[in-house]
Amino acid sequence: MSLLRAEEISVHFGGVKAVQQVSFAVEEGEVFSIVGPNGAGKTTIFNLISRIYDVSGGRVWFNGRDITTVPTHKIAQLGIARTFQNTELFEQETVLNNMLIGCHTHRRTNLFSELLFLPGVRKQELQFRRRVEDVIDLLDLQSYREQVIANLPYGVRKMVEIARALCLAPKLLLLDEPSSGLNPEETEDLVFWLEDINQELGITVIMVEHDMNLVSQASDRVMAVADGQLITIGAPQAVQAHPEVLRAYLGD
Amino acid sequence: MRFIRKTSYEQDINLVKHGGHLLWYGLLLALVFSGPLWLDRFLLGEFSLVFIYAIAGLGLMLLVGYTGLVSLGHAAFLAIGAYTHAYLLNLGVPLPGAMLSAALFSALIGGLVGIPALRMTGIYLAVATLAFAVIVEQVLVHWESVTGGFRGMAVPRPQLLGIQLGQPVSFYYLCLGILLVCMLLVMNILRSPTGRSMTAVRDSETSAESMGVHLARTKTLAFALSAAFTGLAGALFAHRLTYLAPDAFTLITSIQLLLMVVVGGLGSLHGVIYGAIFIGLLPQGIALLRDTVPPAISQIPGLEPAVFGLILILFLIYEPLGIYGRWRKIRLFFEEFPLYRKSTYKRQKSFLRTERLH
Amino acid sequence: MEVFQLIISGVSQGCVYGLIALGFVLIYKATEMVNFAQGDIMMLGAYVGITFISIWDWPFWWALPATIGVMALVGVVLERLLLRPMIGEPHFAVLMLTIGLGFVLRAIAGAIWGNEPRALPTPYVGEVLELGSAVIGYENIAIIAGTAVLCLCMWLFFRFSRLGIAMQAASQNQLAAFYVGIPVKRMYSLVWALSAAIAGVAGILTAPVSLVDPLIGFVGIKAFAAAIVGGFGSMPGAIIGGLLIGLVEQFAGLYLPPGFSDMSAYVLLLVMLLVRPQGLFATMQKKKV
Repeated sequence: MSLLRAEEISVHFGGVKAVQQVSFAVEEGEVFSIVGPNGAGKTTIFNLISRIYDVSGGRVWFNGRDITTVPTHKIAQLGIARTFQNTELFEQETVLNNMLIGCHTHRRTNLFSELLFLPGVRKQELQFRRRVEDVIDLLDLQSYREQVIANLPYGVRKMVEIARALCLAPKLLLLDEPSSGLNPEETEDLVFWLEDINQELGITVIMVEHDMNLVSQASDRVMAVADGQLITIGAPQAVQAHPEVLRAYLGD
Repeated sequence: MRFIRKTSYEQDINLVKHGGHLLWYGLLLALVFSGPLWLDRFLLGEFSLVFIYAIAGLGLMLLVGYTGLVSLGHAAFLAIGAYTHAYLLNLGVPLPGAMLSAALFSALIGGLVGIPALRMTGIYLAVATLAFAVIVEQVLVHWESVTGGFRGMAVPRPQLLGIQLGQPVSFYYLCLGILLVCMLLVMNILRSPTGRSMTAVRDSETSAESMGVHLARTKTLAFALSAAFTGLAGALFAHRLTYLAPDAFTLITSIQLLLMVVVGGLGSLHGVIYGAIFIGLLPQGIALLRDTVPPAISQIPGLEPAVFGLILILFLIYEPLGIYGRWRKIRLFFEEFPLYRKSTYKRQKSFLRTERLH
Repeated sequence: MEVFQLIISGVSQGCVYGLIALGFVLIYKATEMVNFAQGDIMMLGAYVGITFISIWDWPFWWALPATIGVMALVGVVLERLLLRPMIGEPHFAVLMLTIGLGFVLRAIAGAIWGNEPRALPTPYVGEVLELGSAVIGYENIAIIAGTAVLCLCMWLFFRFSRLGIAMQAASQNQLAAFYVGIPVKRMYSLVWALSAAIAGVAGILTAPVSLVDPLIGFVGIKAFAAAIVGGFGSMPGAIIGGLLIGLVEQFAGLYLPPGFSDMSAYVLLLVMLLVRPQGLFATMQKKKV
């Protein structure tokens, strides 16, 4: 059974058909990339999966469950974490606090015990912290731990956002253009981190990406979309050579 | 400059982070606890008022400074707390019961106001709370059987187990004690998941939601908690006023409360205290000023709100981080002397970040 | 007939709300700032009018353009002095700043013109038009006619003049407008001038109906409710919201127990925010990620 399955999902805003009847399935353990020219509807597909937009038609299944109408905040509890194209971090907070919010779905304490900071809350805080430190070690963020996001360079923010998503311990990670704004060196590191995330932590990854080099190095399968429509799904090389994909990128 | 060697995660969780904290806050506590030794009756009363403002400020800071929801109507919660408290005391309910009910009832109303807040942001919410406050004011005026209307309502003297708490010294300790308890509760909230989800909502709703934060619940909770603290402050405020009338809880009171958190420094608990001292003692300062300036100026009606307004404007333009922000800059200057660079806190000029879609 | 009378006074009061709301909306559309002092600027306008007409004895038809000019200048000065440093700051900060400004303006007005209510003599004051059994004051007719003329001028200005179109461009996308050579900052000053001038007109129109004192600016809060009911950011919405609130108030005053008239504007606002938070004419949408 596929981990995530989209059945003919579409969405339109007014008259604009942003996504039209796109179907795909992502298997557990793979790295699945979505490519396509600007405005093809890649981020919109992400927003549909993470329930920021409502679909106009079609269904989305995750882990055998229909998530088409699940409330947005429940998506994280089900095990889907995401990053955003232009980073949506909690700007006034430290890296540490940002990542601790990533642990929010694992909260087991209630308001009353938190008001009094009962021992259970302290235990949970320590637990969260250990989880955060594991992720910090994985992504080498030690030196930024106490810094406020607003003071960090863009490349680091991108990594912090991935780190925050990982603190959720998701089954599925949605990365929206992880390499945009990174320099070539950082992008190369990203390939290794993606491998770590995918293979060591066993997290399935879907990413929207423009850097074809990164896509072909890191992903198992690639889906190409243009004008809101699915063109093809297949191995990276096959998709890159697909005549319609070339046409979508280069024009006629 | 202090360097702290961290050996355990507990250090980041504990409220007292290092020895310096212990020393300075201990000294401060000793100072306020010995207040009655070196303050006269009048100043004791003024400081009790500062403590009451600080309790209300804690509530408002939770909402405005930490959850990013603006309320222009917090005087309404102060009023609800005060009237509930006085009404119950008049019925013969003992002090702690009346006080707790005042806080809980305010929380309930706060939660109800919070519900429409889920669908609103920014100015819309600010105006909705303003409308709410006006409606509460009208209810206070017209629901005479409970509130006494314009005639007002007497507040019984506070007493607990036969001990009078209305004397300046005992009232000082009552307010101080409640403030400290509230402070502890708020600090606990802020270091646990609830507090973090509030700051998450403040900084990015979309992102908070996709991290699993229940937006509606967080906002309603922020409103309820905020109203509870403000309502509790209202209960104490009732004793301070000794006689309740609707004109003690107007738009100007709401603005004063907001002024407190803005001038103190948004997003910090230190700011609440600075702000409370500021608005608690400012009227005295203005009164002093009145004696020194020519009568042509000191006779202007509405001078006090105007001074409030002017200070607000100056702070927003020149020191948006409030008194606490200024204090941090000064401290950094000495810590890093002679390496301090002015640009550390320089604000970035930017083009407007629109929240509209076109 | 009573109903007809109520409608007329509701509409004329609503026009005043609408005019102030128009000022809110103009500034919000162009700069995304919320000017909570709009009502107090109107109060200032009324006092400027009084100064020209009853203190300096100018004829009404000279005083009107003079007031508009002075108020436009006031708008520019306020923008340069207080709002320019706040570009790019959070909405909340600007909102607070203008609230503070309102307090200051009230004290200034009290210091200059005193706190006793003053009347504004106009050529048409006290005259009435009898329509059947209904009696309509000329000052009410003046408000309605004045509002209509002003709205027409605004529409023409934004629809056809180069300046109006440039202002619209600047309000839709600052950066893009800047790149195509529109002096965005100057547009801001102009918008403030325009909205203060409208407030001035509102002040002069409303002064004959209600006496003028430094606290009349508080109608600004009701006007704000009107702007939101209309859908903050829509100019026709502002006027229609104003009319709606003016009418509701009149009828609540007649048919409901005392106290409800003062509350009705806010109840309407809360109901609107619950049922249709985007207002009658929606312009706001969720932020894109």
